[in-house]
Amino acid sequence: MNLKKLSIFFGLVFVFSACKENRYATAEILGKRIPIDKTIKADIAIEKFITPYKKHLNKTLDSSLVYNPKTIDKTQGKLNTAIGNLMADIVIQQAGPVFQNRSGNRIDMVLLNHGGIRAGLDKGQLSTRDAYALMPFENEIVVAELSGKKIQEMLRYLEKAKTAHPVSGIQIEMDNNYKVIKATINKKPIDINKNYFVATSDYLQQGGDNMSFFIDPVNLYQTNYKLRNAIIDYFKTTDTIKSHIDQRFIKKP
Amino acid sequence: MKRRNFIQQTSAATAFVGLGGLSSLSIQPDYKKHITILHTNDVHSHIEAFSNNHARNPNMGGVARRATLIEQIRKENPNTLLLDAGDIFQGTPYFNFYGGELEFKLMSKMKYDASTLGNHDFDNGIDGLYAQLEHADFEFIISNYDFSNTVMDGHTKPYKIFHKNGMKIGVFGVGIELDGLVTKKLYKETEYLNPVEIATDMVDKLKNKENCDLVICLSHLGYDYNHGKISDRKLAKQTKDIDLIIGGHTHTFLDKPTVETNKSGNKVLINQVGCYGLYLGRIDFYLDNEKDVESGNLKIEV
Repeated sequence: MNLKKLSIFFGLVFVFSACKENRYATAEILGKRIPIDKTIKADIAIEKFITPYKKHLNKTLDSSLVYNPKTIDKTQGKLNTAIGNLMADIVIQQAGPVFQNRSGNRIDMVLLNHGGIRAGLDKGQLSTRDAYALMPFENEIVVAELSGKKIQEMLRYLEKAKTAHPVSGIQIEMDNNYKVIKATINKKPIDINKNYFVATSDYLQQGGDNMSFFIDPVNLYQTNYKLRNAIIDYFKTTDTIKSHIDQRFIKKP
Repeated sequence: MKRRNFIQQTSAATAFVGLGGLSSLSIQPDYKKHITILHTNDVHSHIEAFSNNHARNPNMGGVARRATLIEQIRKENPNTLLLDAGDIFQGTPYFNFYGGELEFKLMSKMKYDASTLGNHDFDNGIDGLYAQLEHADFEFIISNYDFSNTVMDGHTKPYKIFHKNGMKIGVFGVGIELDGLVTKKLYKETEYLNPVEIATDMVDKLKNKENCDLVICLSHLGYDYNHGKISDRKLAKQTKDIDLIIGGHTHTFLDKPTVETNKSGNKVLINQVGCYGLYLGRIDFYLDNEKDVESGNLKIEV
């Protein structure tokens, strides 16, 4: 017993002194990346572990929520598109009641960005997966209280952008040089002395897509409502999607 | 001589099962110590492989394949560390549905040793990150976030020393400035500290006080920017005694590690493997008795 202890002691002394004396230094380094491709066989235990998560996910993602009578995407239309109009209208319909409950005010208009329409919607039954494709990001709907002056800045932005940024609640008419000749909110001309409640995404409100007019609003209201969840909730409570290119944002020929 | 034989045989065996990218084993150098570092970054909740008809990454990635590859390499060299440089979360519905539970559980099953934190790991708020910690059997190493006034307090480490084959490997982590990238209500009272200053302190501790044989920095700063923002390349140049920076954030696909020169004129490796688990980074360090290694003659094969 004692002998064993002693040998452990000497063993430790040896290891300790060996460590102390033998410092190591890097002599050579090999570095590379290895592609994870089909030549590597999947680990069966890991695959099995994923399966129940995957099944539940797919079941939820793929259950049909709403019927879409026609294929729509963001390339159809000039300054307004059926899919963009749908998204902007969904924001008013879904976030409007939340905002009204919290602030006592009504959303006057919506502005989103054309680049934020991440996929089209095919004709047929739509599912949660389609909503994820349309809006993969986690952006939340916010409402910015903007002065009439900032609304004018927004119009100058749209003149420069010449893009079908989705809008709702505002009516914009441009001449053939993209100069705004008429703009109304709630059917009334923009009042420079009035404030407007503009719903958008937190991404755009923070200056995304160079929408600087959003950055410093009179007031900013959070809805804690994700844009994608608003779309999913709309899909769930709607029977058939109605989306059209209309007259809300147009340019004279 | 015997060892070389063994390595060659292993190499032949792995080639037989069809694993790509390991062929350089046959010319593996013969040194006293061999430490392998495997790493990923910005996996962004990519659990499944991309489909066959995916436009950019057809039939690439997938956790189950990565697990096979990691096991193969561990068999070949048990002295392996597996690390991640952050942004584990966000990118597929797996995250939206399960909040990161599956990502952490799978990384635990693959026996990740440590990860640092990326900005997207705050996407469900600091509370959402905290809620998933119970599923992670690996360390979160971050040196420049002060979590004192948050729920994460005490749940991360500023550094950790791993012991492999008698070697001490010091790992620390630096995260990106969250302000402007993540909404304040998500990261709450997390305080960002200067990564260069913190890295300098960490290296001093790991190299000079703890006598680590290798010092590795897990970084989510981003590879390089053409403006003033601190990046991995800048960090490499402004510090010393870091052997390897494993980067993330910018989804930079380096086909081989970048070799940078540090403040004291020595070489630092920076590696980043893009994103989504499409690649696994592999760095093999061969160490020898200090007296047998000619200083200034470090061989780097990338």
